[in-house]
Amino acid sequence: MTETASEAIAERVLQHPFFVGLDPTLVHAMVSKAEERSYGAGEMLVREGRPAEEFFLVLDGKIALEIGSAEHQGITVETIGRGEILGWSWLVHPYRWRFDARATKPTQVVAINAAAARYALAAHPAFAYQFLLKFLPVIAERLENTRVQLLDTYGH
Amino acid sequence: MATNAQPLGGPIPGVGSVVAHPYAPRPFVVREKIQETPDTYTLRLAPRIPGDRIQFQGGQFNMVYVFGVGESAISISGDSTRPEELVHTVRAVGKITNALAALKPGATVGIRGPYGRGWPLDSARGRDIVIVAGGLGLPPLRPTVYEIFRRRAEFGRVEIIYGARTPKDLVFAEEVRDWLPRREMRIQVTVDAAGRDWYGDVGVVTTRLPDARFDAARTTAFVCGPEIMMRLTAQALAQRGVPPEAIWLSMERNMKCALGFCGHCQYGPSFVCRDGPVLPYKTLAPLLAVKEV
Repeated sequence: MTETASEAIAERVLQHPFFVGLDPTLVHAMVSKAEERSYGAGEMLVREGRPAEEFFLVLDGKIALEIGSAEHQGITVETIGRGEILGWSWLVHPYRWRFDARATKPTQVVAINAAAARYALAAHPAFAYQFLLKFLPVIAERLENTRVQLLDTYGH
Repeated sequence: MATNAQPLGGPIPGVGSVVAHPYAPRPFVVREKIQETPDTYTLRLAPRIPGDRIQFQGGQFNMVYVFGVGESAISISGDSTRPEELVHTVRAVGKITNALAALKPGATVGIRGPYGRGWPLDSARGRDIVIVAGGLGLPPLRPTVYEIFRRRAEFGRVEIIYGARTPKDLVFAEEVRDWLPRREMRIQVTVDAAGRDWYGDVGVVTTRLPDARFDAARTTAFVCGPEIMMRLTAQALAQRGVPPEAIWLSMERNMKCALGFCGHCQYGPSFVCRDGPVLPYKTLAPLLAVKEV
């Protein structure tokens, strides 16, 4: 990827709600190997059990998070869309995806290289702290939503 | 807020000077039964007494009596401009609702009502409206959706968020599909879990709020569904800036007399049958956090 293309992606990432307020220089370092990608409806972004080598900022479209099994083709437990972030398996050892992710309509993302991101976070603890302050609410909100889903309130 | 006089007796329409006892049900005939989901049915009822009508406001309920079985409070899910037809949507979960679901066209049920205070749509004039329905929370809101369609120019932006357990648990599914392309309002449908044949959203209703477009400070919200869902939705709306006094929830309690006498439906200082079922979040918020009220 050319430096200009890399800069353009970094600028785009900086405008993403998730990255607003973070140190731009370090965000540039973190996304140095990021790339923009498009997925057609039905295309898989992530497969359960595979190495989590990147995470995604959703620019447009919709992605279904699925849990599959021998009995079920894939049960969607959550959808995420524009402005949201996909994946934290890249941040937690053993860095393997815990679910499938499939585009349910044409989807554009920025795929951020996990190794580069982890390196930037490890090298800059203050930046890593700010980054986690952004990331934890996303995780917490999804955990709370999952709890509500588990309550199965509509089923009673 | 609009209020409704309690029908404590009065002439039965079309029956001259005969006065109805407040506990006396009026006979209605099942004209049609529509299966909405595996366990939910819509009953279209017509008065057995010619000319009998139920004038109601969206959000109100009737006591529906299955003769020989018992009586249950069921919200009205039809069109308030068609009082000659009464529509109730019931989920078969107990003795009475199972009996209601088993009725066939031609069967007679008893109706008392309408009771309670409905959605205060007039308070939303000139404001944005957000409607959040969860599961069987859509039927009590449907009459108000119809009214918004009719009075669309009186309101600002209108957003509807409708959530259910799975796609097959969506009530009025075809009708909601017809609402989707209408420009008068934006509708988001979400379910808690789905297979690959579902292309909509998956997640709890509150996950759809960030995509809803409304001016929080001048928004009125109507929320109906399981109590936990209403509590979390009201919290999310208030956090976004919707005034608590402009967030309305429809409460469900065990109602017996429906007249505010027996106390079965007491909820804090309110009788849900008389003061509700639609109540402001400002009043409800402290109670919603209390267990087993």
